[in-house]
Amino acid sequence: MLIQFIVFYVFAAIVVGSAFMVIASRNPVHSVLFLILAFFNAAGLFVLAGAEFLAMTLVIVYVGAVAVLFLFVVMMLDINFVRLRQGFMHYLPLGAMLGAVLLVELLLVVGALVVAPEVETLAAPMPPVEQQSNTHALGQLLYTRYMYLFQVAGMILLVAMIGAIVLTFRVRTGVRRQSIAAQVARTRADAVEIKKVVSGAGVTEGI
Amino acid sequence: MAPLTIPLGHFLSVAAILFTLGVLGIFLNRKNVIVILMSVELMLLAVNLNLVAFSAHLGDMVGQVFAMFVLTVAAAEAAIGLAILVVYFRNRGTVAVEDISLMKG
Repeated sequence: MLIQFIVFYVFAAIVVGSAFMVIASRNPVHSVLFLILAFFNAAGLFVLAGAEFLAMTLVIVYVGAVAVLFLFVVMMLDINFVRLRQGFMHYLPLGAMLGAVLLVELLLVVGALVVAPEVETLAAPMPPVEQQSNTHALGQLLYTRYMYLFQVAGMILLVAMIGAIVLTFRVRTGVRRQSIAAQVARTRADAVEIKKVVSGAGVTEGI
Repeated sequence: MAPLTIPLGHFLSVAAILFTLGVLGIFLNRKNVIVILMSVELMLLAVNLNLVAFSAHLGDMVGQVFAMFVLTVAAAEAAIGLAILVVYFRNRGTVAVEDISLMKG
């Protein structure tokens, strides 16, 4: 059991440290890279809690899509980050104070946590890992009882995708594109012209 | 009852610290929208960690189902937020939060 505690504390320390670096580093590219590190280690924590499928989803969705999207936007936009950085130290005392108050409150809640006895009647008891894997159990629940919510989640992703495309799409003027219809409609008559050249007379330009 | 060998409080404490760091990030980087969006992602990660920890502690699968829906909404939110950011930058040439006040009436 000791090894689990060691692994837990290593993952937790790296998550917290990299989350701190996300908000504290000067360069936003570094922030994004630390965000990726935080997501990887959070996935480790998920595995430790027995949620393998969510851990893999976290790696695929967050590291593979969201963080790369952030990286892409940070690198694509030419932003003056020095100006955005101003005021960091100005907000630090108040922010740190509020953060400390919030953290103490949350930890007090965690310390006073008691699970109510009624919770013993579970909504969907987790089957033992020997009988059914985590992915299998999650799928069986997601595709039956939560089918409609699953469909709505897909709808949300569809709307987000269409929204992102509509928002960032722009029609550029003055761009010369290939027109396949015009190319196909071209005949030999308007492409080539045969001229009779008198022998020995030579050719002047423009005939 | 629980396959979780690590006490629930440990997981919840890590999630609490992560959530606080997210809130602190919004406070400290008030001018940089990109870091604010990243802080929101951190807060959602903390929420997911809470859901998964409770799911493992109680032996109930519903927490993981809910965490998955949170993940979906977080991905959609990041995509839309960054798209709005790109459009805004294209129109105004800046992403400073204090410049985004055209609609204050």
